[in-house]
Amino acid sequence: MSILSVENVNKNFGGLRALNNVNLEVEAGTVHAIIGPNGAGKSTLLNCFVGRLEPDTGTVLFNGQSLLGLKPHQINQTGVSRVFQTPEIFDDMTLLENVTIPALAKRDGSFRLNAWRAVRDESKIHEAAHECLADVGLGEKSQELARQLSRGDKRRLELAMCLVQDPKLLLLDEPTAGMSRADTNNTIDLMRRIADQGVTMVVIEHDMHVVFSLADKISVLAQGTVIAEDIPDRIKGDARVQEAYLGGAHL
Amino acid sequence: MGRNTTLKQDYLLLMGFTAAVLAAPFILTPIGAGYPDLLQKFAIFGIFALGFNILFGLTGYLSFGHAAFLGVGSYAAVWTFKLLSMNPILALIVATVIGGLFSVIIGFVSLRRSGIYFSILTLALAQMSYNMAYSVLTPITNGETGLQLTQSDPRILDVALGRDYGAVLPSSDLFGIYMNGYPGYYFCAVIFIVCFFLSMRIFRSPFGMMLRAVKSNQNRMSYTGLNVRPYTLAAFVISGMFAGLAGGLLAVTDPLAGAERMQWTASGEVVLMTILGGAGTLLGPVIGAGVIKYFENIFSAFNESVLMQVFDFLPSSLQHAMVSVSSLFVGEGWHLTLGALFMIIVIFLPGGLMEGFNRLRSLALRIRRRQVDEPMTPDPVERVPGPAE
Repeated sequence: MSILSVENVNKNFGGLRALNNVNLEVEAGTVHAIIGPNGAGKSTLLNCFVGRLEPDTGTVLFNGQSLLGLKPHQINQTGVSRVFQTPEIFDDMTLLENVTIPALAKRDGSFRLNAWRAVRDESKIHEAAHECLADVGLGEKSQELARQLSRGDKRRLELAMCLVQDPKLLLLDEPTAGMSRADTNNTIDLMRRIADQGVTMVVIEHDMHVVFSLADKISVLAQGTVIAEDIPDRIKGDARVQEAYLGGAHL
Repeated sequence: MGRNTTLKQDYLLLMGFTAAVLAAPFILTPIGAGYPDLLQKFAIFGIFALGFNILFGLTGYLSFGHAAFLGVGSYAAVWTFKLLSMNPILALIVATVIGGLFSVIIGFVSLRRSGIYFSILTLALAQMSYNMAYSVLTPITNGETGLQLTQSDPRILDVALGRDYGAVLPSSDLFGIYMNGYPGYYFCAVIFIVCFFLSMRIFRSPFGMMLRAVKSNQNRMSYTGLNVRPYTLAAFVISGMFAGLAGGLLAVTDPLAGAERMQWTASGEVVLMTILGGAGTLLGPVIGAGVIKYFENIFSAFNESVLMQVFDFLPSSLQHAMVSVSSLFVGEGWHLTLGALFMIIVIFLPGGLMEGFNRLRSLALRIRRRQVDEPMTPDPVERVPGPAE
């Protein structure tokens, strides 16, 4: 069953056709990678899923419900979490607080005047937050300030912030960009574990190593059009993909 | 004490605060501030700053128009005195509610923008209120003269309960205790303590945490499923209610309301108080309010003859030189001292006086630790003071 279905999505920026009749079906419980050369429209497409951009035409259905016209916080409340290209975290708060906030947002909804009870008494929330931090390997740093983390750790923290919400769909925008090889491998392992827990993921990625070690299915975007969609092994051999992506060189 | 305070630490802080406020008349006498009029101001502007800090300290939205709520609270309280009763509690309830309602309107409009645009919007709206209080709203505000009590006020509830103030102008009283002098101070003090307690609860609550998230990263907040606007509006209205309450208390201790209370300089003053003491800290704004009110009342009262006495021990020519230099900084010139102090603090202690205290404390801890377990231990990493300390 497809959890996210994108139909005939078009998006123009002035005269530039960023997305051209994009169709995409993401199956529940799979890792779906979107690859393509720079400027192919990958991030634009992702932004259309989370309410940052509104497609000119077309539909985006999540679990049968249209996401168009919803604000980012409303989309998140339906179960879509997002990891950004540069980690978006609460820099001047501790790691534990960073993860506590999304956990509270999941429980209390988009607004609640919960001003009487102390955060320290929210033991269930704290437990979940600690668990998620431990999951991504940051358990020992829970009292550190987020801004003191390395870039790789910030990314891991952002993942924990998404995971604590138990998302139905996790969107990742270049999760290993700018990471060292070792950090990249750690992140792949982590994402593999998340995928094994049954979380559906859509990953935008440049690094082919990452894509081929994670994806169940790959869509290739070029100049705003999906030129191929298949399992990794067949994408590797696809002539059109090689043409678009590497100008004919072999992957 | 960091953000992750325990219940015990919070109780200790509250108890310490309560003790200090109740004992203030004795504590502050040696520095010449132990008289009720000034003590009342400490408590009232402490409340004002506590509320302002919930908006500015937590969410980072810098309002330059909070004096409008102070003024509205005063007008509301005086009107309650005139129409209903001289009972201060009723007047304070009305002042708080009206302050809150007024801040819903101003907050709704100005929170459409953030950063400097938000500040300018609040400034403009508050100046508009100030000018209206002076001009078109004269029937309500009594314009330049200020709103005053008269013997012919209806005071429906007082009359119904058979209270007659006779031929003198009434002053506010709580079941027969008049709200001036020390009783007035202790009335303010009790409300001040309650406000501190409320502020502490907000700081420690999930709601307070969300407000800090607003300051930290609004983008992440919305992608985390949180709607930023109602959080900022709630913070704005809470701080507006604190301001309304403070304005009401000004009227309780002195039943008179003038438009100058709403002027932008008064709005600027609460910004100074909060930053001077330490924005985002629980105690800082209270200390800032105290320091500024102290300067305003004590330093401004210094004159040349007082200075001559201070420098009496110097030879005559030097004495005159010292007096003429230092007289620039006292009396009328107290603003100069305040300005210099403010600059020093913003440059060297961006976290305000609270940062200074915390640095002193960690220095003391470090020295003690070094004495206990001799040289080989490395220095503890300098801790960045959290906003809730």
